[in-house]
Amino acid sequence: MEMPVPNAGLLARKPNIVARLSAVLPPDALISDPAETRAYECDALTAYRCPPLAVALPSTTEEVSAVLKICHEEGVPVVPRGSGTSLAGGAMPTADSLILGVSRMNDVLETDYENRIIRVQTGRTNLSVTGAVEENDFFYAPDPSSQLACAIAGNIAMNSGGAHCLKYGVTTNNLMGVTMVLMDGTIVELGGAHLDAAGLDLLGVICGSEGQLGVVTEATLRILHKPEGARPVLIAYDSNEVAGECVSDIIKAGVLPVAIEFMDRPCIEACEAFAKAGYPMCEALLIVEVEGSPAEINEQLALIKDIAQRHNPVELREARDADEAGRIWLGRKSAFGAMGQINDYMCLDGTIPVSSLPYVLRRIGEMSKEYGLGVANVFHAGDGNMHPLILFNANKEGDLELCEAFGADILRLCVEVGGCLTGEHGVGIEKRDLMVDQYAPEDLEAQMAIKDVFDAQWLLNPAKVFPLAASETRRNMAIAAE
Amino acid sequence: MTSLKPQSEAELAEAIKSAKGPLHIRGGGTRRTGAELGQVLETSGLSGISLYEPGALTVVAGAGTPLAEIEAALDAENQRLAFEPMDHRGLLGTTGEPTLGGVAAANVSGPRRIQCGAARDFMLGVRFVDGQGSIVKNGGRVMKNVTGYDLVKLMAGSQGTMGVLTEVSLKVLPKPETMACLLIDGLNDRDAINAMTRAMGSPYDVTGTAHLPKGLDGTPVTMIRIEGFNDSVAYRLEQLAGLFPNHALRRETDPEAVAKGWAYIRDAQPFHGTTGDVWRISTKPTDAPDLAAKLDAKEVFYDWSGGLIWALTPAGSDIRAKLGAFDGHATLVRASGTTLPLFHPQPAPVAMLSEGVRRKFDPRGILNPGLMTA
Repeated sequence: MEMPVPNAGLLARKPNIVARLSAVLPPDALISDPAETRAYECDALTAYRCPPLAVALPSTTEEVSAVLKICHEEGVPVVPRGSGTSLAGGAMPTADSLILGVSRMNDVLETDYENRIIRVQTGRTNLSVTGAVEENDFFYAPDPSSQLACAIAGNIAMNSGGAHCLKYGVTTNNLMGVTMVLMDGTIVELGGAHLDAAGLDLLGVICGSEGQLGVVTEATLRILHKPEGARPVLIAYDSNEVAGECVSDIIKAGVLPVAIEFMDRPCIEACEAFAKAGYPMCEALLIVEVEGSPAEINEQLALIKDIAQRHNPVELREARDADEAGRIWLGRKSAFGAMGQINDYMCLDGTIPVSSLPYVLRRIGEMSKEYGLGVANVFHAGDGNMHPLILFNANKEGDLELCEAFGADILRLCVEVGGCLTGEHGVGIEKRDLMVDQYAPEDLEAQMAIKDVFDAQWLLNPAKVFPLAASETRRNMAIAAE
Repeated sequence: MTSLKPQSEAELAEAIKSAKGPLHIRGGGTRRTGAELGQVLETSGLSGISLYEPGALTVVAGAGTPLAEIEAALDAENQRLAFEPMDHRGLLGTTGEPTLGGVAAANVSGPRRIQCGAARDFMLGVRFVDGQGSIVKNGGRVMKNVTGYDLVKLMAGSQGTMGVLTEVSLKVLPKPETMACLLIDGLNDRDAINAMTRAMGSPYDVTGTAHLPKGLDGTPVTMIRIEGFNDSVAYRLEQLAGLFPNHALRRETDPEAVAKGWAYIRDAQPFHGTTGDVWRISTKPTDAPDLAAKLDAKEVFYDWSGGLIWALTPAGSDIRAKLGAFDGHATLVRASGTTLPLFHPQPAPVAMLSEGVRRKFDPRGILNPGLMTA
């Protein structure tokens, strides 16, 4: 993975930069010892590593502002970091950059059940937002699978989704306002406890901008009352096509399940070997979950079962109690762990129109043979977000590169059928160079023009999202301006 | 000056590229948009549904497509636009057909916005021509997409000042089997807000909360809507009624009557045929009664649990000055010859960012100039 050559001038001025940053931060909030900065050399895309120049861990919006102001003056690139769980390298540093971590900013600032909002500092983890309102039976809906560890800051940067977004939407649909610090240290407020923007919807473009437009330090989030209950049903088919038709028919019938998960045979086999959830051996397994009161759940499940039966399932298993519901989810929830047991794997994240599901799965199967690498598919079927897991051997020379090439081909296939490169993980460094497959030069230019306004010198997370060649002139302007 | 009526995206791009002065962008012409300077550019030639996949809950259509055409296609598959876009014609006394592009460009949403989101939350992708004549696409037609910056949200509600939409992809949702409305009579504004926020904070999936201080019979009525399958709606209606034991309750279970009642709110029918200015004030629900009291309005009513105040005020009354600083913003929807800005002025750093972004997309300042900025 190519990264820009570090700016030698900045490396040489490190002592001066560190001294200036130390002056505006508490004593333990700046890390510059190379032995300690190593802890920040990568995020969850661990194949690529590079220790940063230094790490700042501010505790307040004002400290973030002071740090950014200095970096702006010194021309230091800044890589914002939540919890470092990005699978796309969104928080990977370069040797001349400052990591600006918000992990110490994790307070709940306001909880307001009447207006159904919570205001938090963005270093707070996703799950602990729900944790703060759970005693009153409320929750924060977006639930990325890393929710125990991932921070709201990162969720906003990547517009994170989750298994339940078919009903509740992704981060952007649940984010009402932010306090954000621009690269020059200016603090701005966007949105709040009210709905919709007064003018241009800048909040809408901040969400999902991968830390390239500003550092979000506080967020106002929508909270919802928990449903009375939820129950899954497991449906097994002997072909992907039929499972795909069943999904489409369920949606067309007017039921809106909170989740429709899809697993293919390689995935089912791995999960069975690992978690022994008692899944039937078949080509395609669906887990469909609905919510509501017991009567409502019964009403919806009856309809779903009726539709499922029309497609002649190999098996249809309903959860009679919480224990059986747990068993139905057990295999799915352990899917990634199960794959990790048998192999190294790379997790992809493309989205496709649901109607293309059978074709895409068939093509992935063919490509798997061509590349000689196994692949298992887990899929949020309701919204078309695929997570193919490509199996490879990290210790085998050239296998990672082969795996990456296979992955790129799968993502190009997603674009070819009308989908996109990433549904919820973000572009980061991982899919940067594939952007030209989805977007024309004018499309990328329009996006980069936004960054020009927010961060004219391209200092915030500069080597991400856009192909290096496309952003080169802009990134070099900052260096030339020094 | 004759109006421009491009028949394709390429023709539109050429028209903008060769424009010598301001362009006034018009979809169906059902909303008046400020001073309406320059040559009229109509999007009606960019019409038609290009893709509709009911099983994927997705529709893609040209910006000039009449909304009625989209709604009819969805209706045939028992689906709908869940964000419930308002029809401005009755309030503004306009004719013409609302278009998809107009709805998207103005982020037009109705009562269900409080539960399921605004037009911007259902917009999956756009194609547009910017102020220099470049054709740009963003997003796509899938529900989960974080590939690059979300310019779709930026285009939603940008009122044509960033570019002229040519195509919009939308997420659609199934129509519910039935709907019902719990009506509470006689509440004052504060108690009504309390009742509505209580209903929204329940697990009963309420899809609309509105309060009319003067209902059809002249007395206050609070409306709480639920939708879904028959048994479920019946169950939730009773559960909701149980939240308000000492209130004067009525239950409306005829879906047609319920739909009519909510169209009354959605289209601001209480203010049809009146004179004066009409404002939409977006705020925190619990702040609404105090804000409404400051307006010296002829009449107000509340949608979104109070998060949206509709106010009818004497012509030219500067309600922003009366409100002072508050959490939210006020938009002048029907202006009777006043010089007040239609959109709420923003704090300096935000205004600078917005202006900077707008200038990137329309450096000559020719697209609906002055509409969003004073």
